[in-house]
Amino acid sequence: MKSYLLPEFIIERNDYRCIRCEVCVRQCAFEVHRYDEEEDEVFADESKCVGCLRCVTLCPTNALVVRENPTRIPQNYNWTMDYLMDAYKQAETGGVLLTGMGCDRGYPIYWDHIVLDASQVTNPSIDPLREPMELRTYLGAKPDQLEIKSHKGKASLETRLTPQLKLETPILFSAISYGAISYNTCESLARAAHELGTYYNTGEGGLHKNLYKYGKNTICQVASGRFGVHADYLEVAAALEIKIGQGAKPGIGGHLPGEKVTAEISRTRMIPKGTDALSPAPHHDIYSIEDLAQLIYALKEATHWEKPVSVKIAAVHNSAAIASGIVRAGADIVALDGIRGGTGAAPTRIRDNVGIPIELALASVDTRLREEGIRNRASIVIAGGIRNSGDVIKAIALGADAVYLGTAALVAMGCHVCQKCYTGKCNWGIATQDPYLSKRLNPDIGTRRLVNMINGWSHEIKEMLGGMGINAIESLRGNRLRLRGVGLNQKELDILGIRHAGE
Amino acid sequence: MKIDLEKKGDPRVFARINDKARIDASNLHYRELNAMVKEAASEGVKTMEIHNVFGQRYIGSGVRQPVHIDIYGVPGNDLGAFMDGPTIITHRNAQDGVGNTMNSGTIVVNGRAGDIVAMGMRGGQIFIRESVGYRAAIHMKEYFKHKPVLIIGGTTQDFLGEYMAGGVVVVLGLTKGEKEVKHQARHIGTGMHGGAIYLRGEVDDRNLGKGVSKVPLDEKDRDVLRDCVEGYVSYFGGDADEILSSHFTKLAALSHRPYGGLYAY
Repeated sequence: MKSYLLPEFIIERNDYRCIRCEVCVRQCAFEVHRYDEEEDEVFADESKCVGCLRCVTLCPTNALVVRENPTRIPQNYNWTMDYLMDAYKQAETGGVLLTGMGCDRGYPIYWDHIVLDASQVTNPSIDPLREPMELRTYLGAKPDQLEIKSHKGKASLETRLTPQLKLETPILFSAISYGAISYNTCESLARAAHELGTYYNTGEGGLHKNLYKYGKNTICQVASGRFGVHADYLEVAAALEIKIGQGAKPGIGGHLPGEKVTAEISRTRMIPKGTDALSPAPHHDIYSIEDLAQLIYALKEATHWEKPVSVKIAAVHNSAAIASGIVRAGADIVALDGIRGGTGAAPTRIRDNVGIPIELALASVDTRLREEGIRNRASIVIAGGIRNSGDVIKAIALGADAVYLGTAALVAMGCHVCQKCYTGKCNWGIATQDPYLSKRLNPDIGTRRLVNMINGWSHEIKEMLGGMGINAIESLRGNRLRLRGVGLNQKELDILGIRHAGE
Repeated sequence: MKIDLEKKGDPRVFARINDKARIDASNLHYRELNAMVKEAASEGVKTMEIHNVFGQRYIGSGVRQPVHIDIYGVPGNDLGAFMDGPTIITHRNAQDGVGNTMNSGTIVVNGRAGDIVAMGMRGGQIFIRESVGYRAAIHMKEYFKHKPVLIIGGTTQDFLGEYMAGGVVVVLGLTKGEKEVKHQARHIGTGMHGGAIYLRGEVDDRNLGKGVSKVPLDEKDRDVLRDCVEGYVSYFGGDADEILSSHFTKLAALSHRPYGGLYAY
């Protein structure tokens, strides 16, 4: 069948600059570039290009430009080129469309319509370069009250505290499984979390034996497939997370195709090599909040009540009520993943049409838990669309205890968000199991890039806090008075619980 | 946060002679009971009798030593969840979630068990004397030397072996009495992509899920069945040869990549 698909990208090669070094040929796993010795020319098959810019970035003479194919059907607001090409692709294959990364549709990004406050005249701002500034964050249930006993002038805490995660900055790395990303990427995340005094999350693909040494900085996930979940895995973790849903694909399970289940993945997930790793849509032992409580306590029991248990859900219409149930079911942390949350593979239509923006979910969950008087019983960690420190600090002022970074962390390691993770051919060596590609990400460099970025963000957060005259992140948490909306309607402002700029 | 173990000091609740212990679970919360079991196991107790169990959950979870636990009474949900090593003999029925995500060890139920028996089980053995509820062996999987085995003396409800990725399930249908049994559970093996289900007697094709088919038994299957049935008989009595002389149906996955063709790449 003749394919009607047009190339998404046009590749322009400046022949005067090109030195025929063939870097582009070697770097492209999609086999776009080809060197013809006889003609001494480099040709490009543009139909295969995914726009990851690996060739452009590594071209030593800057001879390449990759740009979007400007070809369009006659102007049509309804039928965009994306939708047209998708329909052709499905007419040609009969399959479900797949994609990677987070939703790229134009839903409102509320972070970009929220602005922060700063001190002027009436209260002094603080300079974090000269004065102490506290970003340390503890995640876990906080007691309703503290009982302190005094004996011979010495005070002691009588209340038993539940286990907490201690973070040096309110940023964690999101759940990304070994299988979705390469071993080197996992190692970079683990080492960066260790160096930064925070945590990374294994996702549902188990934990590679070599990474057990970073257990104190590891949140181990328990998802519906229960891949790699065994006693050692539960015991080595700093915390456990029950994955109910993911922002990129709320309500559905996952299929790691058999060709990605290599020998190492097989060992880590504890499934036979080459078989599909299927995660059912629900946990079949959880059909209710009571059942969720049962699994939360099963995990606590299996780990001797020494670790906080998080429950991660996708942000959906009824998140606030669900989150209330999760807290009452005994979770120490509620993780919310919004519609822009990333993925290694999801059906395109689900990624782009299911779920709600994280800003609205966060505000409504925080409000609901406060109204019910149970906000202290669990921490809130949000994920799905955090791009910089500005988003982080706004999230915290809206009510989050900390944020999960998924895409942003991959971007720090070189990801160019081409959304082709599901092909397993990531030219940046991140979302691949191909040994030739995955060695492109050196874990020393990956770690360094992650640490650098988070250190930069942390400093920016300190500056913004100082600007508001606040010297501890704790004082900003849920402090929505320090936020104002710009260009939002009254309903949006009400849900976000903020006033409009100028008010 | 550790639970108080002060009740362990009460000899009416916890009594120990050498490596044997006896626990009276009458008024114990599951946290107290399980903490006691864990501590006893770590102190070198090899066999435990737990009496008056009344729905306490998670018995055997988090115990890493290969202890032998006899349970008198009815244990609660998630018996042996994430279990790694112990042997648990329940002298009456069990509830839902027996052997949830179990890694190794043995669970024997002298009676019935509820739903999702052996969910996500990766290793070890579970023997149920009578029937079980819905979704038994869902997402059971195997991995190298880990090969989970679930033997059910009676029958099961629907969705047996859904998403099953490995391991062995044997359903003997002995509670049905007659020699030739016909299994009525529906959607058996939906999404199955590994492992084997052996049913004594017959099952209609319409009761099978997509991606599963009946395959003839070979000598290897017969050996597996013999091991399973002999194990069953050793716990619950009966004549292994007589059971094995019946007709058996084997169900296996058509593909280990059931959804390989679902997507447009």
